Amino acid sequence: MSALSGAASVVGIGATEFSKDSGRSELQLAAEAVRAALDDAGLRPSDVDGLVTFSMDANAEIAVARELGVPRLRFFGQIGYGGGAACATVGHAAMAVATGVADVVVCYRAFNERSGHRFGRVAAGATAAPTSGGIDNGWQYPVGLSTPAATVAMFAQRYLHEFGATSEDFGRVAVAMRRHAATNPRAWFHGRPITLAEHQASRWIVEPLHLLDCCQESDGAVAVVVTSTARARDLPHPPAVITAAAQGSGADQFTMTSYYRDDLTGLPELGLVARQLWAQAGIGPADVQVGMLYDHFTPFVLVQLEELGFCGRGEARHFLADGGIELDGALPVNPHGGQLGEAYIHGMNGLAEGVRQIRGSAVNQVADVRNVVVTAGTGVPTSGLVLAVG
Amino acid sequence: MSAGVAPVADAVQDPAERIREAARRLVEAGDCAPRPARDPVNEPMINNWTEALGDANPAYPGIAPPAMVQVWTMGGLHGQRADDDPLGAMTRVLDEAGYTSVVATDCAQTYARALRPGERLAVRARLTDVAGPKRTALGEGWFVTTVSTWTVDGEPVAEMMFRILKFRPPPPPPPPRQVPRPQVNRDTAYFWEGTAVGELRIQKCGECGALRHPPGPMCPRCGATRPGYVVASGRGEVYSFVVHHHPPLPGREVPFVVALVELEEGVRVLGELRGADPGAVRIGAPVEVDFDRIDDELVLPAWRPR
Ligand SMILES: [Zn+2]
Repeated sequence: MSALSGAASVVGIGATEFSKDSGRSELQLAAEAVRAALDDAGLRPSDVDGLVTFSMDANAEIAVARELGVPRLRFFGQIGYGGGAACATVGHAAMAVATGVADVVVCYRAFNERSGHRFGRVAAGATAAPTSGGIDNGWQYPVGLSTPAATVAMFAQRYLHEFGATSEDFGRVAVAMRRHAATNPRAWFHGRPITLAEHQASRWIVEPLHLLDCCQESDGAVAVVVTSTARARDLPHPPAVITAAAQGSGADQFTMTSYYRDDLTGLPELGLVARQLWAQAGIGPADVQVGMLYDHFTPFVLVQLEELGFCGRGEARHFLADGGIELDGALPVNPHGGQLGEAYIHGMNGLAEGVRQIRGSAVNQVADVRNVVVTAGTGVPTSGLVLAVG
Repeated sequence: MSAGVAPVADAVQDPAERIREAARRLVEAGDCAPRPARDPVNEPMINNWTEALGDANPAYPGIAPPAMVQVWTMGGLHGQRADDDPLGAMTRVLDEAGYTSVVATDCAQTYARALRPGERLAVRARLTDVAGPKRTALGEGWFVTTVSTWTVDGEPVAEMMFRILKFRPPPPPPPPRQVPRPQVNRDTAYFWEGTAVGELRIQKCGECGALRHPPGPMCPRCGATRPGYVVASGRGEVYSFVVHHHPPLPGREVPFVVALVELEEGVRVLGELRGADPGAVRIGAPVEVDFDRIDDELVLPAWRPR
């Protein structure tokens, strides 16, 4: 157990609707989600003294603070590496709260990712930035490897080769997420489950990934409120206690293209996060009732199950075939439907679902939840959380 | 189509045969009707012409310079070719067949006698030969030869053989491929300078000799900051690959393969795998380096099966 473990809790969650065209600015989405999260927490904007977001978010902390009328900010920051930032926003907030740097920190992510700038398209200017990242992109974009799906497909092809897995193994993740989303009224794919045959018949995006291996694109925003666990006792909802928060970046790390390591079948940066989570929380995989696993593309859900220790290396396909990630499985994964089924809000909607599972208020509630593990963007420097019942 | 010459039957399908048939009919039709000059041979025009050419021959303007013969029957600024003009008719046939460009190749004039101010000329023309299709430096085309005859009161005074090449213009060069361009800096310049000269270069630590790709300024093994490079054999195996279908990408036709290749030297490099059936690519397949020249300044590493 670390000094961080248990010091802070998530006490409020808020979100806009999830859509394909929000009809309003990203700043408005951010402000709406933050206000909703504060309302949920029973706090006011004047209580907020910290804001954390993603470096990819277009809404600066000061802009959100202006809209909310937050009179002073003592702590603010932006976490890099795309969706890898999701859990780290809460991790940084927890550290600020645990050390007394801030009292109430709101973490948010807001975008019009479907109606505005779409990540699935080739990022114009990706190689032009006069940064180390711009140089890195120069090994990838010019030769035609230039979408998130393509970068993940390169890992996935090697995974299939090494472990004898098939596209159907990836498909089982998509089918489970859509089944979960089918009973979640907030999910874009509410009432629209798919079959494995439909997954197999969906068109190629980048082989070996079918369309249904790729998460949807969404407009929307999610925010969560972090404060001390002591203060959380006086607030309306039972706290989701942050018993572990960690970040991870591995050897020879790149953003989505760590192709030059000895092995391409793992996510060592996530393995590093996992070891920290279990150590901080003082638990192991067997103590976790729900997994909120980042599912932008299906193959990395298999690798996450392995890196987190829910199954052995290369054995995730058996875990899936046995129904391991179903609501009644060994580790129910993303009961809200994940980013494949509910919405793609860069992992923050999964984090909010983790809080609901702790509170016992989820639409697809898993029974007797004591610990939830939450992961963030995969293939990039990443982060994770363990949330626990207080 | 010229008067008195029936259109070529639509039943003649072969384009070359249609052209030959049209030519045969036009040759058979012979001379078109004589077209009278707008003005008689006159001193002011002779003076303008010799002055412009700097020809001080004292015989002018008492007689007209023989080479002026075409001047007298020019159509003027708004002149139009007569309907039965055989060169016009043949030009239309060749235009329709796609031989839309033209260049004059030969011109030879013969003069029977000098022309004097006051004489009124007329000109008539006939098609004498259409030869082709021939491959030329300009493109595939047909040589069209006509003979024009100038007369004064029916007396032939000059004749001109005129030959043109009607050719099919070559297709415009494909637009330059637009691909995202890598940023070249002090740490990466050696690599892109290498591809430009057909070398696949791998960074090699100047201190401990460690090979590394992608490169960087400081050796992660020994900390030295004096990287050099070696030229790779270019041979390797597919370590992993993808087949890109969607979305469409600038500069590439889908589907295409991008391969992560492990070189014999032990480092991996990304590049498009060209010349391979996307459905048949396998991990472990032997490949060798290829170079994808985008333009004069950018050559990308690529692969081909070996
Ligand atoms: Zn070295």
